[in-house]
Parts: sequence; C-alpha cells; structure tokens
Amino acid sequence: MWLTTLLVFAVTGAAIFAPILRKRMERAAQLQQQSEEQARRELIQPVPMNPSDPRVKAELFWLSDADSSMLAPVVVELPLSSDPVLRSKQVLNTLLAGPVDVELRTLPPDAVLLAFYILADGTAIADFSEALATSIPSGIQSEQLAVDSMTHTLEANVPQVKRLKILIHGQEVETLAGHVDLTETFAVNADAGPSPATGPAAGKTGAFLVQPLTLSFSPVKLTGR
Amino acid sequence: MLLDVGDSRRLRFLAIGGIGSLVVGGAAMAFALETSPQTQQGPGAGTLPPASVATAGQGGTPAPAGPAPGPPTAPRALNVVVLDPAHGGTDPGARGTGGIQESEITLEFATRARQALEQQGFQVVETRQGNENPSFDDRSAIANAQRGAVFITLHIASTGIPGTVRVYVNADLPPVKAANGLIPWDLAQAPFLGLSRKLGDLVQGMLTQHFKGSPDAAQTAAIRQLRTTAAPAIAVEVSSVVVNDRAELDHMVPGVADAIARGVAAFKPLYAMALPSGALP
Repeated sequence: MWLTTLLVFAVTGAAIFAPILRKRMERAAQLQQQSEEQARRELIQPVPMNPSDPRVKAELFWLSDADSSMLAPVVVELPLSSDPVLRSKQVLNTLLAGPVDVELRTLPPDAVLLAFYILADGTAIADFSEALATSIPSGIQSEQLAVDSMTHTLEANVPQVKRLKILIHGQEVETLAGHVDLTETFAVNADAGPSPATGPAAGKTGAFLVQPLTLSFSPVKLTGR
Repeated sequence: MLLDVGDSRRLRFLAIGGIGSLVVGGAAMAFALETSPQTQQGPGAGTLPPASVATAGQGGTPAPAGPAPGPPTAPRALNVVVLDPAHGGTDPGARGTGGIQESEITLEFATRARQALEQQGFQVVETRQGNENPSFDDRSAIANAQRGAVFITLHIASTGIPGTVRVYVNADLPPVKAANGLIPWDLAQAPFLGLSRKLGDLVQGMLTQHFKGSPDAAQTAAIRQLRTTAAPAIAVEVSSVVVNDRAELDHMVPGVADAIARGVAAFKPLYAMALPSGALP
C-alpha cells in the first residue's frame, strides 16, 4: 500500500516537473548560444587601426552616387598596416562600416568579418557572420555588387590577394542569398583569376571534347578544389 | 548522355560522346542513368553529331571550321526554350512592399513569355508551373535533358531603378579539363558562355527598346543557376519588388515577354551557325 502511494506520487511529480525541466534546459541552451555569439563578437573586434601606421589613400568601392547599379571608388585616408592580412581586415571592416551616405552601402550594416586568412597561393578566405547572407537584399544585382565591392576594394589596396573565397560562419555556402555562387573563388587581381573561357575559347573547348576518348582511369579531377 | 552519379553535386557529370564514354564517379556509388530516346543521342552539352566525332577522332584535331557536309542540322536547330521562374515553395525570393513576392511574379512573367515564344514557333518547357521550389540542379537538369534548347531564368530584383530590366550571363568559368570526355556538372555552362553572351546581348537590346534606362548589353555575374546549365543560358532580372503598386510590375509583363521572344528569335540563326563550326560541343 505504502509502496503504491509512493509510486503514484513519484509518477505525478515526474509528470509535472519533466516539462518544466525541459523548458529550463532549452532556455539555458539558448542563453549559452547567445553568449557564444556575443563572445565571438567580442573576440572579433574590428582590427584597430594603429595610428603609427603610415596614412595612405585607400580606395573603397561603394555604390556610385550617379548610378546605383555600378560601383565607384571613394578615396579614404586610413592608417593601414603593411601586413597584408591586417591590411585586408582593415579595408574590409571600413567597407562594412559603409560610406557616409548609407544608401550607397553594398554590404549589410550588421554583417561582421569573423576571420580572414591569406593562403600561400594568394587565395584570401574571408569568413563573415550570417547577417551577410540574411540581411543583404536578395537579387543578382545586389549580390554581385556586394561581392564586387569586396574584390575591387581588396584589389585596390592589397596586391598580395589574388582571389577571394567567401565563407558564411565558417562554412562554404552554395549562394550568397539565392543567386550569386559562393562555391568558387572570385578573381581579385585580374591576372590571377580563372582563365577566361571566352567565345573562341569555348569553341576550342568544344573541339577538345571530341578528341578520342583515351580513358586513363586516374581519379577524376574536378575543379581543383 | 546525362549520368546522375549519386546525389552529390560534385559527382554529377555530363558525359560527352556517344560510344565509349564512361563516367567514373570516384567511389562506386549507385547511379541513376537517365535515358530517353532523346538523351541517348546526347542533349545540350552532351550533343555530338557522329560525323564530328569521327572527324576529330581520326586526326586528333579540332573539328573543321567549315560547315560539315552531309545532312542539314535541322534536328539540332534551336526549337526549345526552357523558362525558369525563379524561387517558389518555401523560398519566396525577394519580398517587397505590400506583400509582393518574387516567386509569384516570376510565374506571371513566365506565363506571358511562354505565350509570346509559342507565337514565334518555339516549344516552351517550364521548370515549375505552380508554387514549387525545384533545386538549382533540378532546374538545370530539365534544360540539360533537352536538345536544341536555350535556358532563361526569370528574376525580380530587390534593387535597381524601377521599370528597368537587366540581362546577365554567367561570369567566366575555369576552362573545362575534360581529357576523359566529361564535363563536370559544375562547369556545364563553360562551353556555352560565348553563345550565352550573344543571346544575352540580343535579349537585352530588345528589353532596352521597351524599358528606357536599362543597360545596352548583357552583364556578367556568378549565377549559381546558370553554372550547371548545358545550353545557352541567361538570367533576366526585372527591377524591382520595391514598388508602390504591384500594377507597376504587371505593366512590364507584356514588354518583357515580347522582348524575350524577339531576342530568342533573333538568336536562332546564330545558334544554327554555331552548330557545324563545332562551337557547340
């Protein structure tokens, strides 16, 4: 009898407290997530400009005042580091901060540059927070202009960067916001980009493809990624 | 021949050539072989007239530039237009004032463009007719299964001067290294870029006649949808969802449809010319 009563109490107690506990767990997890995001933001303070660095005339590419379907360089005097990684972070953060006229910005104001590296072959990897993808106006034009503003700005200020790979929150994503392909790199300094497959080259490629199929069964090479 | 090796995008290839072509898909994976009487003969990028294979095969040199003797290339003439109303389903695309959704309006543009193209004698295939959202690859696959086709993806921007329309072609792609006769799925557009530019310029020209303030020539962008499409392919982007009244966009529908139909009709002879010269793989 005692045992039964005890069991009934235990079951009712569990039934009442389990959902409450679960809710608390969920809330705790959420809090943790928030604070992780916050910690990341705090860790990734925009690279401070060192006033002792020489002030140079940096060219930043935002939308053109005259034609918002194009980019135009704006000359800003900034103390830029001579280290290519620091220098890239400085110019990209300035680009993210936006021009005086906010209508001419190319990147969403809440996007954050989380990390930036340059590989030995000159490929730069820029990792942005999710806001870059979620806050940008969706469309071919807006997405391509966003990418172009980065590649043009890096090209004008950091000659060491040959091409740019954009990651979102550490991950490769298929598109920026549904249109522009982020699985490949973007050419930064023109001579280093993927060789253009222009009209005549396309013809050649076509002809190349009809050569006899001597199949060497080496692993199929994809696009060098 | 289109082989779909597994569902990993990077393991999808377009197999080039009729006889003797094989797809090696890294790890042995179950693969679905899509065969239809049409695709067996080779659609889109996979199309190779047997004559040109023989010519190239014997000499090991590129196909001759002159028109190939023999039967006319009528079966491969441009006669299909694949229209792709972008977004749909859970993806509304660009969202504007007053609940305007890109996915709905692109359907409206596609319906009217279909009528205009059919009047010009083209057969039209749409990648979606209702509120679905096929993947980029699914949409490309519809175009890649056709022969003698062009692909037009329709978009409404969230930026740009209202009342203008821009045409885009895919940005340069790395050259196709296809010694084994295969074009990676990811680079399906590469051999068609030259033709895509011609088609883009023609359609843009027609659009600019209707919509003042639009550019004079097609522009380039790294468009995911075009990259995997093995046909002359363009994106048409209308500005914009940010309008006070949806009627402003509705008014543009007939003009866009007409410009697309006339642009594709003007492109048809260029497509035919590209066939014997080997510009089409």
